[in-house]
Amino acid sequence: MKKLAAQILGPTALVTTALTVYLGIWVTPQDEVQGNLARMLYIHPAAAWIALYVGFGTAIIASLMYLWPRTRSTAADHVAASAMEVTLVFTILTLITGSLWGRPAWGVWWVWDARLTSTAVLAVLVAGYLALRRAIDDPELRARRSAVLALVAAINVPVVHFAVVWWKTLHQGATILTPGSGILVHGIMAWTMLLSFIAFTLVYAWMVRERYRIAIRQQTRDDRELAHAVSARHSEGGAA
Amino acid sequence: MIRVARLVAVKDLRVEWRSRVILWQVLPFGVMTLLLMGFAEGPETTLSPSVAAGLFYVVVLFVSMLVIARSATIESSPGTANSISMLGLDPAGVFLGKATAVFLEVLLSALILLAGTTLLLHLPLALALHSLPSVVLVVMGLSLAGTLYGALTSGLTGSPTLLPLLVLPTMAPLLIAGERTISAIATHQTWSSWLGLLIVFDVGYTVAGILLYGVVEDS
Repeated sequence: MKKLAAQILGPTALVTTALTVYLGIWVTPQDEVQGNLARMLYIHPAAAWIALYVGFGTAIIASLMYLWPRTRSTAADHVAASAMEVTLVFTILTLITGSLWGRPAWGVWWVWDARLTSTAVLAVLVAGYLALRRAIDDPELRARRSAVLALVAAINVPVVHFAVVWWKTLHQGATILTPGSGILVHGIMAWTMLLSFIAFTLVYAWMVRERYRIAIRQQTRDDRELAHAVSARHSEGGAA
Repeated sequence: MIRVARLVAVKDLRVEWRSRVILWQVLPFGVMTLLLMGFAEGPETTLSPSVAAGLFYVVVLFVSMLVIARSATIESSPGTANSISMLGLDPAGVFLGKATAVFLEVLLSALILLAGTTLLLHLPLALALHSLPSVVLVVMGLSLAGTLYGALTSGLTGSPTLLPLLVLPTMAPLLIAGERTISAIATHQTWSSWLGLLIVFDVGYTVAGILLYGVVEDS
């Protein structure tokens, strides 16, 4: 069952993404105010959903599992690292699509808006996590310190989430799910938006899974090379 | 825990008192940065209080980076970490002690720099005095988060460049809240919510430090 789910993950992600693109470009209507620009609705919020919540959520859970003695395993560390790498991709995608959306809507590519700035700060923080991992050779030390960093960095996620509330910025707040906001996404547009969230989540899961598999292969190769080096050293000692 | 914290804080402050690095190197760097910012603005420009406050907090951030790096270096010399682990000190106490020492050192620097900001960047004195609670809370946040990040990067080959990369993004909420407090006081708006944000940040990092410092130290 688990193997089957893993096998169909990639194709399902591909199909839902293709369907989102089809519905988003050819089926859904233009927006009354924003015209074709509103089609960003099917990319930007879903990318931000992955960057801020799903990606960080995975990394936090995996890091907690690594730090908890009963659930500690190298697999948890690899999952956290893979999730953070993919999160960086989606955070950058969020910033790029936000900037593309902001140019016609606000008149500038970039504005020192609280949510934009805090998302950019988050991207640097994720880059810092990856930089920390690259700076440490010892696998256990690397896993431990990066797990702590992931948990500490997560303190910034609520800041990004509440940025639009605290700073009253240009960026739109959580209007769709806010009762009484008066803003609704109708019919096919709402369904396409929902589908984009599912598609992006599946793509994220597929990317993390593939990155995790690469990490496992890298570890196996490193272990084999170390074993080779040790046995070569032993034979050199024996020959002498 | 409190006894260990006091021991470690006194030890770090004593090390600093003997070397006087903050007095002769870090503080002159901070004052020099303030002067350069004044030069950049030019003689004909009068900075608004919010810009002056922002520049003040940027300089405090730079100064705190140097102090944090120095505090982490004390523990990273060969054999020190092993010696501390052999003593069996409570890691939470060590964290609080180191954070306290950094707090006192950065606070002293920040107060001198605040005086410098009123003098050089024309921040009104009454405004500077009113903003003291927020300065204390910002410095506390810088010290707590910085001590934790300092431990994370301690002993690594790239730590001098890695520490700013990790610390600077984390401090963004502190800088924003600190600057907004001063701006709000200047424009007679409510600023208690910004103080609230600073308190939440400080409490969050105190809890995170107490829980996680031992994990970092063990590694």
